[in-house]
Amino acid sequence: MTTTLRPTPSPNEAQIRTPLARVRGLGSAKEGTDHFWRQRVTGVANLVLVVFAVFLMLRLVGASYENAREILSSPVVTIALAMLILSGVIHMRLGMQTVIEDYIHSEGLKIVLLMLNTFFAIAVGATCILAVLKLAFGS
Amino acid sequence: MASAKPSAGTQRPISPHLQIYSPLINMMMSIVHRITGVALYVGTLLLAFYLVSAASGPDAYYYAKWLFSTPIGLLILFGYTWALFHHMLGGIRHMIWDTGRGFDLATVDKLCWGSLIASISLTILVWVAAYVL
Repeated sequence: MTTTLRPTPSPNEAQIRTPLARVRGLGSAKEGTDHFWRQRVTGVANLVLVVFAVFLMLRLVGASYENAREILSSPVVTIALAMLILSGVIHMRLGMQTVIEDYIHSEGLKIVLLMLNTFFAIAVGATCILAVLKLAFGS
Repeated sequence: MASAKPSAGTQRPISPHLQIYSPLINMMMSIVHRITGVALYVGTLLLAFYLVSAASGPDAYYYAKWLFSTPIGLLILFGYTWALFHHMLGGIRHMIWDTGRGFDLATVDKLCWGSLIASISLTILVWVAAYVL
């Protein structure tokens, strides 16, 4: 046989898991580290974008309507806000998914809440992005 | 998505849970990280409300501005600022841990206290800046 990919945790696993399954590394949920990794990627993106947003908020404090519209129609602000919203809603959906899976043990309710979680993230994202685009293109 | 249903009648011993441990800073920070995450989740409605108001015209914009300037509005925004910084710094702490570093107890405590103190400091700093600028 071939070389060992990693130390085998238990004799049972060595018997049950095929070499192919170990190479794929997708586990029983068939998603591998996808959830973990996307949470980290969006987390790093949020780090940069939130710092930008904090400075943006400081500029917007006390702004008149005309002033706020002018700030929020700058291309840099539009792009940064759109990216923050996108990255933010993906990140928060993943986070809330973990919370639901940790605390809700009734299978039916869990599935309903996981769906509502996705709907909420998309609804908030779509609403914010439309508003940002409207602020960018006027009227 | 584990859904282990204990079979009827069996009373298996379960592992000790939250109430059995004395609160430690890393445990508290872990809990608060989750709570601030959920708060930020709900708080995205504030961002949506602000952006939609600004995009809807002067009346809606000034109404949102007034709402955020009421004592309750300011309190919510202040809490939101802290939750944002706290969750952000907690995230950085977790990414340090993701590299396998900083797991000795002294460093764990330092990272946890550091992120708590830094989140409060940054929140105050931003709010002072908001009033001064």
